[in-house]
Amino acid sequence: MISNFIFSLLLILAVWLFTRNVNRIARNIKMGKKLCINDQKSRRWRIMAWVAIGQSKMSTRPVSAILHIFVYVGFIVINIEMLEILIDGIFGTHRILSFLGAVYPVLISLFEILAVLVILACVIFLVRRNLIRLWRFRGNEMKAWPRTDANIILFTEILLMSSILVMNAADGLLQARGDVHYAAVGTFLVSDLMQSWFAGISDSALIQLERASWWFHIVGVLIFLNYIPYSKHFHIFLSFPNVFYSKLDPPGKMVNMPSITNEVKMMLDPAAGSMEEEGDIGQFGSKDATDLTWKHLMDAYTCTECGRCTSSCPASITGKKLSPRKVVMDVRDRIEEIGRNVRQSGPDSTDGKTLFDRITDEELWACTTCNACVQECPVNIDPLAMILELRRYQVMEQAAAPGEINATFSNIENNGAPWQFSNEDRLLWTAGRKKEEEVISKKK
Amino acid sequence: MDLREKIDVPVMADLAASGEKPEYLFWVGCAGAFDDRYKKVTRAFASILNHLGTNYAVLGTEETCTGDPARRAGNEMLFQMQAIQLIELFESYGIEKIITICPHCYNVFKNEYPDLGGHYRVISYVHFLEHALAEGRLKPDLNRFANVRITYHDPCYLARANDICEPPRNILNMLTGHLIEMERNRHFALCCGAGGGQMFKEAEKGDKEIYMERTEEALKTEPGVIATACPFCMVMLTDGIKYKNREEDVKNYDIAELIALALKK
Repeated sequence: MISNFIFSLLLILAVWLFTRNVNRIARNIKMGKKLCINDQKSRRWRIMAWVAIGQSKMSTRPVSAILHIFVYVGFIVINIEMLEILIDGIFGTHRILSFLGAVYPVLISLFEILAVLVILACVIFLVRRNLIRLWRFRGNEMKAWPRTDANIILFTEILLMSSILVMNAADGLLQARGDVHYAAVGTFLVSDLMQSWFAGISDSALIQLERASWWFHIVGVLIFLNYIPYSKHFHIFLSFPNVFYSKLDPPGKMVNMPSITNEVKMMLDPAAGSMEEEGDIGQFGSKDATDLTWKHLMDAYTCTECGRCTSSCPASITGKKLSPRKVVMDVRDRIEEIGRNVRQSGPDSTDGKTLFDRITDEELWACTTCNACVQECPVNIDPLAMILELRRYQVMEQAAAPGEINATFSNIENNGAPWQFSNEDRLLWTAGRKKEEEVISKKK
Repeated sequence: MDLREKIDVPVMADLAASGEKPEYLFWVGCAGAFDDRYKKVTRAFASILNHLGTNYAVLGTEETCTGDPARRAGNEMLFQMQAIQLIELFESYGIEKIITICPHCYNVFKNEYPDLGGHYRVISYVHFLEHALAEGRLKPDLNRFANVRITYHDPCYLARANDICEPPRNILNMLTGHLIEMERNRHFALCCGAGGGQMFKEAEKGDKEIYMERTEEALKTEPGVIATACPFCMVMLTDGIKYKNREEDVKNYDIAELIALALKK
């Protein structure tokens, strides 16, 4: 039949486009620096099960955690119905899974309940974003596209879920009227209540409504599938690998730079240094997105812009320009930009831009390295690691630290303390206040 | 114990000269040696070590910066210079166990020095004090602060960075019946604003100082004492209390000071 053919064609087209888009993102992520993460596999699986599948870190904000669970479980479970739709679409069958007998209406009813919960959650999410306008959805980085993106996702999910309910209501009504093409398969819990809305409609119009809803749903899903790789919604795929490849060290540990160790050893004792001629030790820190590791870039693509990081960042809370979410989004947007340039003008093309065209010193130097953003992220993104890499570039390649920080560096170098105190005074604290005051007054 | 009198603190080089090797290195840290307010904390903790008869020494004039602020501000070169020199110094004294009072020093020794070949048993003073109290080796006067409302500010580099949340609370719960939690606590505590090199520079432009935000949160618990466990948090919160004109009724003490104050003379 022609409709089966069209359906199959659409399906193949959608899957092909989606694969292309995923490959694009994979290529972009691989533009990051190499990094080998293959340790502690069983611990990684446990963390993935707990944090990504179990969404444990969401629970700190219970309202959004529960609403998100509705959408998450809805998404996964309703995929079983997608299976039925795909088989029906390809082979021209109708409700193929109804061979399950009495289980079938129970299953469909479960989907319907989930669909209602998804709609409910999405409506509340829209209200929180657009009417209540929660602070964490209002940052500077959340204007324009990110704001629209969030709303598109929520509206689409409402439409997709609604079409299932309308389709089932029409189907149920046709079953009740004994239409030959709509075999009675049992009562569906939610759409049964909606049947009265369509009671006055003729059989043929009802069939059209049922078919239109079916097509609307599946075409909508296929379009949405291809929207996701352009959207923050890509977190539904990347959350799992991203959590799997989480940093397992204590959060306080900053990543070491072995490339520097040899240099430092040579500086401290030139005789002890390795005999190797000065090899290319590369650039210190990161200037552009491609200087970051692939894990930083995967972090960036995993971000769903929820803003928990920013809403817990001491700098952001007190009105500073720094927003960890913006840093992550800047990295993602920049690697997308680099990817586009590479596709258009070849792998060696440069546009003369860097991450510093997006991220200012004012943002970079406001970070207290407190790890609040890292602690908050439900998918274990590490914005602090990105900030550190950018600071390393500014300090070691550009000598562009703020003046007071440079003074701190020279104090450490010259006096062995961040302040201008003499090492000779390091034991003054033992002297007792009286004695200490004497020593200080003598010095003056 | 009188915190105004001179206290005898063994110095590593002196011990080494007489062929002795102490069990612990007590790492004082920059703030511990130079910050006027925090020096009292160093004294309090050293007097507790003496009280316990702990076999320890300090490096004294041989101590230098761990490099922590340099690393966090992006100067990896300077960090590694400091770290590698210190690791050599530690090696020359055969140091195996380090007690720290500063959470930043604790973090850098425990988590970052091993990458450069420095492997030690690093003990935060909160763990050390908790054990001494639990084992009954320290017997503070439990009535001293029993009725004082105390709130505890988690240093980022103890709580979030190293998952040390309960030891300080266990200590404080021993000292007071009124330990009141701030809204944001433990892993979700708000930073005092000093970390990552911020201690040594003016904050970027914003609506508010971070330490004021945190001080206000602490004051909401109506405390008599805001307890801290980090030199930089102490500077920040002491400033906050000052700016709020609450110096008269709210005191900022380090956990070691509270114990030292409660120790029977």
